[in-house]
Amino acid sequence: MQRYIIRRVAQGLLAVVVISVVVFALARVSGDPTLVLLPDEASEEQIANTRAEWGLDKPLHVQYWVWVNRLARGDLGNSFKWAGTPASELIIERLPATLQLSLFALLISGLIALPIGVLVAVKKDSGWDYAGKIFAILGQSAPSFAIGLILMWIFAVQLDLLPTSGRGGLSHMILPGFTLGYYNVAAVMRLTRSSMLDVLDSEYVKLARIKGVPEWKVIWKHTFRNALIVPLTYFGLIGAVLLTGSVVTETVFAWPGLGQLVIEAIIARDFTVVQGVVLLFAFIYIGMNILVDILYAYVDPRIRYA
Amino acid sequence: MTTAQKSVAENPIILEVNDLRTYFFNRTSTVKAVDGISFNLRQGETLGIVGESGCGKTITALSLLRLVPKPAGRIIDGQILLNGEDLLQKTEDEMRQVRGRQISMILQDPQTSLNPVFTIGNQVREALGMARKDSSKGMRTRAVEALRKVNVAAPERRLEDYPHQMSGGMKQRVVGAIAMSCEPGLIIADEPTTDLDVTIQLQYLRLLKDIQQNTGLAIIFITHDFGVVARMCDRVAVMYAGRIVEHGTVRELFNNPSHPYTQALMASVPKLEERVDRLYSIEGQPPLLSNLPEGCRFEDRCPYAREQCISEYPPHFNVEADHTADCWKLDPTW
Repeated sequence: MQRYIIRRVAQGLLAVVVISVVVFALARVSGDPTLVLLPDEASEEQIANTRAEWGLDKPLHVQYWVWVNRLARGDLGNSFKWAGTPASELIIERLPATLQLSLFALLISGLIALPIGVLVAVKKDSGWDYAGKIFAILGQSAPSFAIGLILMWIFAVQLDLLPTSGRGGLSHMILPGFTLGYYNVAAVMRLTRSSMLDVLDSEYVKLARIKGVPEWKVIWKHTFRNALIVPLTYFGLIGAVLLTGSVVTETVFAWPGLGQLVIEAIIARDFTVVQGVVLLFAFIYIGMNILVDILYAYVDPRIRYA
Repeated sequence: MTTAQKSVAENPIILEVNDLRTYFFNRTSTVKAVDGISFNLRQGETLGIVGESGCGKTITALSLLRLVPKPAGRIIDGQILLNGEDLLQKTEDEMRQVRGRQISMILQDPQTSLNPVFTIGNQVREALGMARKDSSKGMRTRAVEALRKVNVAAPERRLEDYPHQMSGGMKQRVVGAIAMSCEPGLIIADEPTTDLDVTIQLQYLRLLKDIQQNTGLAIIFITHDFGVVARMCDRVAVMYAGRIVEHGTVRELFNNPSHPYTQALMASVPKLEERVDRLYSIEGQPPLLSNLPEGCRFEDRCPYAREQCISEYPPHFNVEADHTADCWKLDPTW
């Protein structure tokens, strides 16, 4: 088990290195920040000075090296747009809002999707099953900005039950949280359903029934634990979808999180902030995947020995 | 041997199945998997149910436990009297008390019969707990005991093992231990040795026989192997396309197979003493269970078939006392 974890972590770190190169290159392809951030009437000399100040006049590999060296010391560099504020400070300031929203969405997906997935599998081909299917198709095909706006219109504008936007108490989280989680609710629900159906068909479930095990225990002990492996894998990917998806949702609901920050930074070609946020996303993404792999090995004993 | 058989023949009848019909309803067709079968079973007796794949053997077994795959499958008619009580009249809750405690079953494939994510101990204890709850220490002792009964070596140490850490033969013993944990009066063994090596097969059959002799268990043995039938069973029912076409004591059936299907089945068992270029096989396919003919279901594969066979299904003709076959050839007017 220990070797398994070490191997997974090493693979994860390698992936982070690769991503850092890609992010660095992509940011620089997007354009020149001085053109956006300096006033139109800025002189050639002013532009050149600013470029030198931000280190943009050096060759790319040197810029990368400087960035990585600073990273190693925990320094993401200073923002271009927010005049010299360290990028890390900006990120840390926004991170709680995004994490709060993402975790809430994750919680919603788990709490709603797993039980519904089990229900529609057990009640296969009934009205429940068809209702679940429609719910899932909507969630997987409708874009989150549309869902967000529709929900906002119904629950905030028409019914006046919930606030339209901004960050505040629990009531502020419900609409963006559901908007963000809906896609995942749908996906997890469908995965749970098909995986439950597979396991319900298995010989060991038949044997459990032959033993006289009560039906609720057949479902929640013998079937669910085995069926959980598939949606669990997906939960690892969800972490990423929630974070990157939060970019759209945060914009719709004016949620002051990383999503909004990164949009503003991209528009301003604020390389240090963009690089910082994307690298953080990558870290979380990979971390979630490792976590899921470990959980996976815990749920299914066969994996531990592989 | 004869005295043993005699004593079994005098034991009380524990299971009586009358005209059992289990159909599967699809959107476009009705599959008559079990189409009116009757048999009975005495305490300590072993009944073999023989037939090729898809003839309704396993569905018969699942019907006895009322575990026919829902919602397509339904038992639509008949009686299953277990110690005089009709299982088809019981509620689902009452039926749960029957499963495991009075009727149990050993499934065909030991590789997939055990739940991969729970330990052997957990699964055996769960079966034991169905009949009687106990302290955790008591449960452990009883689980060890159950494994010892099926000759699992060092059972204390195997309790913490997961199924994937065991061999196929060992798993099938554990499945046996689970089936027998609540000391049911009847066990249905659905081709329990098909997936095992020949030597392990023999050990397993011997084990079942031993346990039967010690406990007076009745066994329904589903198989397509006449060798296993000869070794294990007192009586045999030959199934074809959802019906029992011949039924009798093992001795009778082997000496005097009377249904052409039984004769063909026996002819297709290779014999050691003969050298043949080609093994015998029965021509044609069994009829679709969703589109059964009016008359005899074996008619189009039968070398003796006549007009009468096409138009009307034959009744059970007595060949001997305790030996019947559904074939017009046995009609005195044939």
